[in-house]
Amino acid sequence: MSPATPLAAPRLHPKVRLQRDDVRGRDVLLYPEGLVTLSPTGAEILKQCDGVRSLADIVTTLETRYRESGLERDVATFLDGLAAKGLVLYGP
Amino acid sequence: MDHKPLWLLAELTYKCPLQCPYCSNPLDFAGPRFRRELATEEWCRVFREAKALGVLQLGLSGGEPTLRPDLEELIRTAHGLGLYSSLITSAYRLSKERLAALKAAGLDHVQISVQGADAELSDDIAGTRSYGDKIAAYHYTRELGFPLTVNVVLHRRNLHQVAAMIRLAESLGAERIELANTQFYGWALHNRDALMPTRAQLATAWEVVQRERARLGTRLEIVWVLPDYHEQFPKPCMGGWARAYMTVTPGGEVWPCHAAGRITSLTFENVRDHPLDWIWEHSDAFNRFRGDAWMPEPCRSCPRKTQDFGGCRCQAFLVTGDAAVTDPVCSLSPHRPLIDAALEGASEEWTYRAAPASRTLAAKG
Repeated sequence: MSPATPLAAPRLHPKVRLQRDDVRGRDVLLYPEGLVTLSPTGAEILKQCDGVRSLADIVTTLETRYRESGLERDVATFLDGLAAKGLVLYGP
Repeated sequence: MDHKPLWLLAELTYKCPLQCPYCSNPLDFAGPRFRRELATEEWCRVFREAKALGVLQLGLSGGEPTLRPDLEELIRTAHGLGLYSSLITSAYRLSKERLAALKAAGLDHVQISVQGADAELSDDIAGTRSYGDKIAAYHYTRELGFPLTVNVVLHRRNLHQVAAMIRLAESLGAERIELANTQFYGWALHNRDALMPTRAQLATAWEVVQRERARLGTRLEIVWVLPDYHEQFPKPCMGGWARAYMTVTPGGEVWPCHAAGRITSLTFENVRDHPLDWIWEHSDAFNRFRGDAWMPEPCRSCPRKTQDFGGCRCQAFLVTGDAAVTDPVCSLSPHRPLIDAALEGASEEWTYRAAPASRTLAAKG
């Protein structure tokens, strides 16, 4: 897995589903025999990951929404962690 | 109530064309206790109640779940609820058309077993000619875009093929291979002497797994299910009794795991009589070993009790006759000599899992 670059377009691996867990009031990633619990921010990031928008676009969107700057490193670290587990892919 | 279930294993039928001697199904699967299978609408209600209770992962298993003609409808219901569904199948006579229909219904993941790395050994262990169907079905899953898990149950007669099994899964483009050392429940316990691996076999296979993990990285996930009899400490069975997992049997009994039905000192409730949330929260079977208040020594004062939860209740019952003692696999258990004796088991003969043998065993009790 390549670490995220600003031009990389992250997306969920096709085996992974982002699912609302109503009972526990959170979002999760579901995949074969496994599950990752997401923070609200993590879920927000992944909802933007459509394999078209670049990491730079996603960061801009989030920075606008949360009225913050300098989020790129946090977002990239989060996505790299999921990529290392084979749950996120970079590129179209 | 701290814990809500995340996993539901739906055993849709105990009918199966394969006859694997390590099957985890009850020995008396063909007996009177399991005669009446749940109807389509009953399963759909179970899925709705499971989702409302917190379940997110659904395993569709058996027996052979593709023998249910209503499988597509069950999957459609599960998918509509947002459950992530896995089909756990032998792939016997599983056509590409059927798999495509299951995909269209919303099935997420397919797990296909194989009993050995080549037709001769696989068919011999399965007791049914099925290797060709399995290989064909592996390719269909790739063509249809399913994530694929190759599952192999390991024991004395196939552990020498671990490298070839991994290569097979790699060549198929599988996401995962589960190398599951036999856990001794159901038919596997009955055939324990014939299945028990040697230490040397396990050491060699484990070396192969480590080498192949290093070579394959995230390309193929290699899951190695520990041969617990050979370990010093017990497995954290099911992540603790009635914490995250439940099994519903073909006839609607609800068990904390797929082996628990053998514990005769527990009373199991049925989805035909009670809603699933009541069974999870209030039934005797689910509450008896929840938490750690039930624990005897050496578990009670052991720092490991939060890691292994005292091990497996079914194993305690099956080996010692008492479900409330420390898992006898534990080196601190006074019953460990029973496990050590079992490690010496060596038999050439096993009983295939089949309905006539099951009826005979059911009649014996």
